[in-house]
Amino acid sequence: MDHIEMQRDDVGAKLGMWVFIFTEILLFGGLFLVYAVMRHRYSADFHQGSLQLNTFIGALNTVVLLISSMTVAMSITAVQKKDNRKATILLCITLLCAAIFLVDKYFEWGHKISIMLYPGTDLMQSLKHGYILFFSLYFFMTGLHMLHLVIGAVILVVALTKVRMGLINNEHYVLLENGGLYWHLVDLIWIFLFPLLYLVT
Amino acid sequence: MTGNTHLHEEPSYLIDTGKRKGIMAWLTTTDHKRIGLLYLWSIMVFFIVGGILGEIMRTELFKPGQQFYGPQTYNAIFTLHGLIMIFLIVIPGLTVVFGNFVMPIMIGANDVAFPRLNLFAWYLYILGAAVVVISQFTGNGPPDTGWTFYAPYSTQTHTNVIAAVSGAFILGFSSILTGINFIVTIHRLRAPGMSFFKMPLLPWAVYATAWIQILATPVIGITLLMIIAERVFHIGFFDPALGGDPVLYQHLFWIYSHPAVYIMILPAMGVVTEIIPTFCQKQIYGYKAIAISSLAIAGVGYFVWGHHMFTSGMSKEAIWTFSLLTFLVAVPSAIKVFNWVATMYKGSIDLKPPLLYAIAFIFLFSIGGLTGLVQGALATDIQVHDTSFVVAHFHYIIFGGVGFAFLGAIHYWYPKMFGRMYNFRVANIAWCFLFIGFNLLYFPQFIIGLEGMPRRYFDYLPQFTWAQQISTIGGYILGIGFIILMVNLFRKNGEKAPANPWGGTTFEWQLPSPPPMENFATPPTVPDKPYDYD
Amino acid sequence: MTTEVEHITGYPFYGKVLVGLLVLTTFTILVPWLNLTAFTALIALVLASTKAGIVMTYFMHLKVEYILLKILVVMVLAIYASVILLTFSDYFFR
Repeated sequence: MDHIEMQRDDVGAKLGMWVFIFTEILLFGGLFLVYAVMRHRYSADFHQGSLQLNTFIGALNTVVLLISSMTVAMSITAVQKKDNRKATILLCITLLCAAIFLVDKYFEWGHKISIMLYPGTDLMQSLKHGYILFFSLYFFMTGLHMLHLVIGAVILVVALTKVRMGLINNEHYVLLENGGLYWHLVDLIWIFLFPLLYLVT
Repeated sequence: MTGNTHLHEEPSYLIDTGKRKGIMAWLTTTDHKRIGLLYLWSIMVFFIVGGILGEIMRTELFKPGQQFYGPQTYNAIFTLHGLIMIFLIVIPGLTVVFGNFVMPIMIGANDVAFPRLNLFAWYLYILGAAVVVISQFTGNGPPDTGWTFYAPYSTQTHTNVIAAVSGAFILGFSSILTGINFIVTIHRLRAPGMSFFKMPLLPWAVYATAWIQILATPVIGITLLMIIAERVFHIGFFDPALGGDPVLYQHLFWIYSHPAVYIMILPAMGVVTEIIPTFCQKQIYGYKAIAISSLAIAGVGYFVWGHHMFTSGMSKEAIWTFSLLTFLVAVPSAIKVFNWVATMYKGSIDLKPPLLYAIAFIFLFSIGGLTGLVQGALATDIQVHDTSFVVAHFHYIIFGGVGFAFLGAIHYWYPKMFGRMYNFRVANIAWCFLFIGFNLLYFPQFIIGLEGMPRRYFDYLPQFTWAQQISTIGGYILGIGFIILMVNLFRKNGEKAPANPWGGTTFEWQLPSPPPMENFATPPTVPDKPYDYD
Repeated sequence: MTTEVEHITGYPFYGKVLVGLLVLTTFTILVPWLNLTAFTALIALVLASTKAGIVMTYFMHLKVEYILLKILVVMVLAIYASVILLTFSDYFFR
């Protein structure tokens, strides 16, 4: 590499992550805009559609994500207090929550797919327009959210390894902070997805 | 000002000092100046391709009826011309080349905030470009949707839309990463003592641009993903047959693509703002007004997208709102034009090639901007919508504005980039060809647009022949101008450039030409005013 | 430029924040049962925004960040809100 070694700038790195989060907000923002317009047009169908979703699984996933958000935030405290062991445990809990979320989603999606309720099937094409759009949005929004969840989990796995190796410590932990920020974003999006998809009435 | 020169013994950034040599040293570089040049070379290659495509279109249009190829080929060519010119050249354009090369130097930094991310963004740019090119030769033939990918046609045509859309998505991601990098750079890496209002005006423009990049690009990203989902999974967000709304696609598309116009033009304005005080040896008139109007253009420009959709069936309340906002955005642009002219007033004007391009910019941009108001007004827009009037208008902005600013920027910073001067006389001749060719090419399109010549048409009525022929001849003159310009700049036999050939005051002119790898061994002293000629 | 001020949030505090979020989640789930028809969506959105605000303030440490970052967050949200508003200037009147 032929570049000049620059001073470490944790505030800059965090600002970069925040600006990236702004981008993500607008990315999902575009999707929420589509949702809002479609809901405005087909509010009755959206109501009926949301009754098809399992509120229990949705609520469970909300709780799981909120807990994981807390443990990630706590893991930073642990690192700041030079307690890398505790940080490791807390990050493992976070990743466990991510796994639970994905397993839930697997069953949820699996059920929909088993009854042929997904975009492109004959059953879908025969439904009313509002239903088609509701379930299309459901798959698109939760799918994109899941993708972000997986990316966030991968970042946290990297952070976890570095915490174990001591590369993330009480003096140098901006990677963990940024991973945490991203993880909270995943949570933030779900906070809006859950009522909009599962509880629209 | 001159007592502050940083003379290094170190070799320039063009000389390989690391482990790797030659091409590998360039492909693995994280130096902002080298990455700027990587972008410059790639953009130049794409520009030659896009330009040749444009000439091929003009040649076909020389006479009514079919001359050399059929309508489907014409549709594919104008789509590719638009894709290349918009997504590969003018949207990244000035930001990535000069934002990378001079912006960090101007704020007294040694590099951007995330140098490796910067290089990664270049690779993404090349990858996106490659995917766009591949889309032309795979699947069921090149896309024929135009660069706007309007639904529902883009979700139904059998041509290879998915690949082209994926390419645009990747390019958008690259643009976002550059935007993040520049925002953090400007916030964190300014030289000690350089407050925002002591910053030169190009960094201001780049800063405003970066905000649009990161706030508007994700919207097109999600929209393009939805287009792909519609084609692959038969989702109907935009397809009326499935209950979707094609106008919603247009909303989402223009929520990005109108601000994208400001992604193009803001750095162009920034460049012109740098050139004019230097060649008038006069302090910029209304520094704060120009700085703030950059942000105002970015801010208001985000909310005017609906003026592309006056005839699409929006509610009339929405049309009124967007029309009003459109007129508002003309105000900060006009403030800038006023300030440039006021700067030149009573200045000691030195008519070197960069200033010629800057003046051409003001002239052409004003024509483009004022004809834009014709379309921002509701009644007249109904007449000119989708005619060649629109084609002429946006070429005056994008080519006459952004393109001429780009050429001005190259002529301005060429000595700094390569450490050599170029031949002024030849540069002036090239400018004459470009300026005359440009106006011959696009001005007639205003006239026949008003008379009803539709845009994107392969054929036309015989009464438009005279204008189409003037346009085509203008296109050829323009092409000759580019050849002269490139030959002039590529002949590296100019004399060695001094550190400050134009008498500029910003930091890059205090460094040797070309600058060393490490811009500033010690942080530069920040003057009270960035353009102090007193 | 701002310098980083080291601050450490205690574990119990995060616990309290989580309890608050869970209570709000319970409200969110219960709202549809109240049959408030037109207001249900509005209340759900207000509750979701409150939760999001809490996550940003405490979990994402916005509370202790420098003022500029707070301004930027507000600006981004305001821009997004305006985009929605402008789009609906079309859909409400169509």
